[in-house]
Amino acid sequence: MNAMDKATQWRLLGRTQVEDLVIVPLFAFVAALFLGALVMAATGVDLAVIGQSYVALVKGSVGSLNAVSETLTAAAPLVLAGLGLALGFRAGLFNIGAEGQVVMGGLAAVVAGVALGDFPAIVALPGALLAGALTGAFYAGIAGWLRAVTGAHEVISTIMLNLISYRLLDYLLRTPLIQKEGRADPISKSVPDAAELPRLLTFIDANLRVHAGIFLTLAMVAVAYWLLFRSKLGFEFRAAGENAVAARFAGMNASLTIILAMAIAGALAGLAGANQTLGVLDRATPGFSAGIGFDAIAVALMGRSHPVGVLLAGLLFGALEAGGRQMQVDAGVSIDLIAIIQSLIIVFIAAPLLVKALFPWGFRREGSG
Amino acid sequence: MRVELKNITKRFGPVIANKGVNLTIEPGEVLGLLGENGAGKSTLMNVLCGLYDPTEGEIFIDDKPVVFDGPGDAIRAGIGMVHQHFMLVPVFSVAENVVLGVEPTGALDHLDLATARAEVERLSEDYGLAVDPDAIIETLPVGVQQRVEIIKVLFRSADVLILDEPTAVLTPQEVDEFFQIVRSLCEAGKAIVFITHKLNEILEISDRISVIRRGEIVGSGDPKELTRPELAEMMVGHPVDFDVARAPYAPREVILDVADLTVLRDHGAVAIDNLSLKVRSGEIVGIAGVQGNGQSALIEALAGLRRVASGRVTFDGTDITHISPRARHRMGIAHVPEDRQRAGLIGNFTVAENMVLDTYYGPPFAKGASIDWGRVHADAARVAEEYDVRTPSVFAAAAHLSGGNQQKLVVARELSRDTRFVIAGQPTRGLDVGSIAFIHAQLMAARDEGDGLLIVSSELDEIMAVSDRILVMFKGRIVAEYAPHIAPLDKGEIGLVMAGAAA
Repeated sequence: MNAMDKATQWRLLGRTQVEDLVIVPLFAFVAALFLGALVMAATGVDLAVIGQSYVALVKGSVGSLNAVSETLTAAAPLVLAGLGLALGFRAGLFNIGAEGQVVMGGLAAVVAGVALGDFPAIVALPGALLAGALTGAFYAGIAGWLRAVTGAHEVISTIMLNLISYRLLDYLLRTPLIQKEGRADPISKSVPDAAELPRLLTFIDANLRVHAGIFLTLAMVAVAYWLLFRSKLGFEFRAAGENAVAARFAGMNASLTIILAMAIAGALAGLAGANQTLGVLDRATPGFSAGIGFDAIAVALMGRSHPVGVLLAGLLFGALEAGGRQMQVDAGVSIDLIAIIQSLIIVFIAAPLLVKALFPWGFRREGSG
Repeated sequence: MRVELKNITKRFGPVIANKGVNLTIEPGEVLGLLGENGAGKSTLMNVLCGLYDPTEGEIFIDDKPVVFDGPGDAIRAGIGMVHQHFMLVPVFSVAENVVLGVEPTGALDHLDLATARAEVERLSEDYGLAVDPDAIIETLPVGVQQRVEIIKVLFRSADVLILDEPTAVLTPQEVDEFFQIVRSLCEAGKAIVFITHKLNEILEISDRISVIRRGEIVGSGDPKELTRPELAEMMVGHPVDFDVARAPYAPREVILDVADLTVLRDHGAVAIDNLSLKVRSGEIVGIAGVQGNGQSALIEALAGLRRVASGRVTFDGTDITHISPRARHRMGIAHVPEDRQRAGLIGNFTVAENMVLDTYYGPPFAKGASIDWGRVHADAARVAEEYDVRTPSVFAAAAHLSGGNQQKLVVARELSRDTRFVIAGQPTRGLDVGSIAFIHAQLMAARDEGDGLLIVSSELDEIMAVSDRILVMFKGRIVAEYAPHIAPLDKGEIGLVMAGAAA
């Protein structure tokens, strides 16, 4: 192959990456909105109402300060947990367990926050966050350890750990140490002010829920980026994920890589849980995780397991969630439609060839033969 | 049957795989098609056997133009291909494999194996193939499996047989037998296209030679008038030096001592059976043997990638039998894996990332928990230059390099640091002559600097070209030793021992 052919090849490669990272997700989103409209039409919704609902979607996600605040609030835990999943994916681990790690991390943050309530915020808040991260790491580490030592596949073990976490949460919420005094239902003590993630814009409007968790989230995007692309550990993660045999032949320790990748993923999911309990809910309740750990899988996939991609995908999903609520209010369209649109986005992203067939523009023509 | 390719061009998007190729295949003749990997040999033959449509140009059979719509058409027209990787069902008998896809059936779709067996016997007899129709494929040696592939093609009444790198998997004896078969096919009026990158073989078997480079036919000729250097120059586009320069044999102390080593395969069968060998500093020990006789297990055991069941490996006086691969790296043991794609490289990683795959963790590349990528990129660029790794930049993905450059990348990574002992598995498998010469020179330079080297290759020519001592491995044991400085090497004899004659 001569120099000119090589040059052509490299430019095309760059083009392929752009297609993969930007154009496919973009068209997937458009296709999902379109199909979502068809679904509404099929259920007898008027064309006018469909239009109205998409206007509400925009309005509810970015149309006002409150909308932006809601979008950011919804996006933060998705990004945090999504970062963890992205790290796992990069290391070749399909971790379905973010949900369970969110639950355990969120609960641990409440417990630690309550215990540290008498300390100043500078101690209590980091302590509570750390407790969330470590507990998430430990919980995910179980699955990593099982995989590394016994070969038990992480998909199976993390699904089981999710189920265990739900029941464990229900049980722990009724134990005297955690349950709110004087309550018979499963609900935790409230997080003391010192351990709360402070709300940021209450000086403008007391109802603005956006809290300091967004700074934590941004910091974690940077940390994940550094970890993945600048650190020795990230190099090992990526090597193991791309070609585990070559990683082993190069002297990397496969078992340790698996356990650490799972633990770090769990720490980030645990932070997502802590972000919810310390920043939004002020307590832990049954089902407080609200499927964040599952939505985060979609976020990590859409973000192509790249920290910046995860940030953008998380913001989109946060916007869909905030906007979806507005859709329900303004147009009376069920919020389930948002779940349908989110699912459709993932289906389209998982099938890039389908997207290319639907939207031939913007893609390089395939070579014949 | 006479086949003519006229002005065939095949493009994949912007990439031109074949350009204006003219080729004539005559009955009763062996046409040797010589070219490096990636020169466009396989694309051309895939056009001929109906897998690809040519972008331009035409195929003529007996002067009539034909268009193949899929491989079925080509087979019906009498063109059959024997692929490099056999396509046989291991648990089926020879006859069952031969009829697969064109099963003769009787009433109620009853499989008529009797007819098939008779036909296999007839073909086997006619062409001297000596294949038992009832033998189960997985029990047959590779050479016989190849003959089954040939019978498959003949059973489908092919008059033109395309043989894609047919000798890659054979021992020297099997190659001789194979050439007999090719000649008897020719005498029966079949036309043979023999695809290879091995110069000796093409000179031996062909009636005519065409050389393909960068998708174009760059030369043709009569093997009686062509020499190896001429052919090599046509194939790669520049003169090639075949002689590996080496300093006189001057071995020093024993650096690797393997004593009574036993290693098991994944499922518990014995791969290495009580094997002992020694390698000295400043010598190259070559392990010859037919693939599958425990060579891979030996390499993996020495590199720390496979558990040793019993026995002892001593490196420079230290017992390393059970230490980790990284500890071995640190002691100066380099390992060029047998399979660069699967184990030597990470295709989606850049050239630079691959260059530090086993050195990233320490100085000068790591600073604390971070990797100093500036340093990595600068070093990788320097080493790539030094080892002639041709890449647009160190940021290119390794998967996009040619096989030769990928292998040079692996060799560069392993040899560019301070080494004392080198394990190399199939160091030049599938490479063009230019890359082979370069890699051999690098291995020789390591030897002359005082490293001990253990080279495993299923190419006896390679082992004979580089080794100071040759050990022949058969069924997990060393069954013979040869040393060119003591007695001249007899390729035929070594080949027999590889096939088990001394066991």
